[in-house]
Amino acid sequence: MKRVTLALTLALAAGLAAQAADAQTLKTVKDRGMLSCGVSQGLPGFSSPDDKGNWTGIDVDVCRAIAGAIFNDPTKVKFVPLSAKDRFTALQSGEIDVLSRNTTWTISRDTSLGANFTGVTYYDGQGFMVKKSLKVNSALELNSASVCVQTGTTTEQNLADYFKANNMKYEVIAFATNDETVKAYEAGRCDVFTTDQSGLYANRLKLANPNDHMVLPEIISKEPLGPMVRHGDDQWFDIVKWTLFAMITAEELGVTSKNVDEKAKLENPELKRVLGSDGNFGEQLGLTKDWVVRIVKAVGNYGEVFDRNVGAGSPLAINRGLNNLWNKGGLQYAPPIR
Amino acid sequence: MSTEARKPPLQIALKIRRILGGKAGWNGVAVQFAFAAILGWIGYEIVSNARANLENQHIAAGFGFLRNNAGFDVNQTLISYTGSDTFLRVFVVGLLNTLVVSVVGIVFATVIGFIVALCRLSPNWLLSRVGEIYVEVIRNLPLLFQILFWYLAVLAALPNPRQSISLLGIAFLSNRGLVVPSPIGQGGLGPFLAVLALGIVASLVLRFHARRALFQEGRMIRIWPYVLGALFGLPLATMLVFGLPFTFELPQLRGFNFAGGSRIIPEFVALTVALSTYTAAFIAEIVRAGILSVHQGQMEAGSSLGLSRGATLRLIVVPQAMRVIVPPLTNQYLNLTKNSSLAVAIGYPDLVSVFAGTSLSQTGQAIEIIAMTMGVYLLISLLTSAVMSVYGWHVSRSLGA
Repeated sequence: MKRVTLALTLALAAGLAAQAADAQTLKTVKDRGMLSCGVSQGLPGFSSPDDKGNWTGIDVDVCRAIAGAIFNDPTKVKFVPLSAKDRFTALQSGEIDVLSRNTTWTISRDTSLGANFTGVTYYDGQGFMVKKSLKVNSALELNSASVCVQTGTTTEQNLADYFKANNMKYEVIAFATNDETVKAYEAGRCDVFTTDQSGLYANRLKLANPNDHMVLPEIISKEPLGPMVRHGDDQWFDIVKWTLFAMITAEELGVTSKNVDEKAKLENPELKRVLGSDGNFGEQLGLTKDWVVRIVKAVGNYGEVFDRNVGAGSPLAINRGLNNLWNKGGLQYAPPIR
Repeated sequence: MSTEARKPPLQIALKIRRILGGKAGWNGVAVQFAFAAILGWIGYEIVSNARANLENQHIAAGFGFLRNNAGFDVNQTLISYTGSDTFLRVFVVGLLNTLVVSVVGIVFATVIGFIVALCRLSPNWLLSRVGEIYVEVIRNLPLLFQILFWYLAVLAALPNPRQSISLLGIAFLSNRGLVVPSPIGQGGLGPFLAVLALGIVASLVLRFHARRALFQEGRMIRIWPYVLGALFGLPLATMLVFGLPFTFELPQLRGFNFAGGSRIIPEFVALTVALSTYTAAFIAEIVRAGILSVHQGQMEAGSSLGLSRGATLRLIVVPQAMRVIVPPLTNQYLNLTKNSSLAVAIGYPDLVSVFAGTSLSQTGQAIEIIAMTMGVYLLISLLTSAVMSVYGWHVSRSLGA
């Protein structure tokens, strides 16, 4: 772990010393023929490899959508698994083109890392998981508990704030990777495992007896998770930002990976604009006219991506909740494509 | 018409030429200076370029972040620390955690290493085979696995706090660690410590005096009754006069965990056990090599002088072996200190975990934090080497070599 950080830091120092990375990320990606995408080391539903090395998850699909828009081929992505603490350095050093790794959007990360958040792929919040045998029903009953947490996350600070605000004592044990944290929790080193609630459901599946554990109802923080790109390349920033918006817009308009070709033929002015037979928004982004069609063909619309990876169609079975469209009681809202 | 001997001319310039230029003379000196200047210029360019680029990309730079609030907690702190302390304090907390695990590890590794070496050298077949197996197994397994093994083994063997093993009702062992009563200073603490310090100084003076008498006049002085009196008698007497120096706060099970008392966390135990047993395997071989390097004749010379086997080992063989042992032993001490950074795998809050891990990702200032962390490891290693060099020099000098 330390060696990776060290290597990345040296790469960062060398890269910065040589000359600031030129702002032509799109050109670099096209020349390379591959998008380099930073993901987690394995979080079911967000980014995890299967036994054949194929990556799946919401964060993975964001990268596949970008590759689809650029190359019309969602497989042209190289996934770089990163620990929580190496992720920003990997982005800064140019090792990856986009960081899509369940990363919480905060002001300090947006302003001090030389990187920008492009949007929110998943509205999350931090929660707690305990063993049912402890007979705890609320996070407010956790005074003097031992808490396992992954280091290098906003989670550690939220945890400190929450226990302090509620005048409770606790002991924190911080591990470098998610798997080590879960292992220590399962071994009984701590009473509580805390991370973003989606992560709790995902990690619960990894435990030997998922039904012996429960997620407490309290959500103690706002965790809007989204992709990040480097400062200083506005075109690339726009491409990543609008890829997500295109997925949300497609869901709004009922365009899915199955019916996208038929929808493209319809004489509906909004559909024609979005799907590229009218106007040249894709070209203004530096992509092609049919960029939305390519994205939807690559991964489907936002709703399809959600259901397949974390929603009803997945083992996690998480409710849409805040992640529903704005006109269905959620927060997902894309500016108009016009 | 002076008769004084002529002073040799000042030869500073010539000396410089010889030291820096070697056979190449003044040309060599010029080349050396030019090379140093180029190196300095490259270094300056790298730093100033990196600084400018960081600024262009709006990446925060500099050490100002050290004064910001850290906002996260650490589960083993040797100095008081809360989430509202600064990153600088996190740095110190992590550094102390690294140092304590290194120092405890070094002490145990040395003791275990010497014992294993003596086992291997023992004429007893069973003991020497046990020593050999220990060395061959431990030193041939990767350290990270040993740390994880000890951690999971320690955790698996221990019950949860509610079923903790009670040791005489004052200490409790569970998978949250070993909780022991913690001392709380009372009125008698000041005089007690002062007298204890006095006792230690007096014992050292006595020892010095006795050694001088032995080596210079050949007189044996029995000092141990006085040393015992100074170290134990005097402090006990002070306790009778001034009252107890401290009382103990007993741990009590409250809610999920124990309240009160001090706690040794399982991460610390696992890391210390793994580091000291691993390094001990190497130290054992170094000690064995050192002892074997002393000629057999030395042992025989000792017996012919009428010394016992123990006295021969202590006074003749080991001091000579130390000359061979100390330099590679220093390497092992440095390795142990650096290997302690593997702590991050089992959640022990050492410098790499809390500073180069959590603090780095909270602030994103990778270059500064990694540079500080590397600097600290370098400093610790150089200090360790310096102390060991002084010790090695002392050993050689006392042998008159």
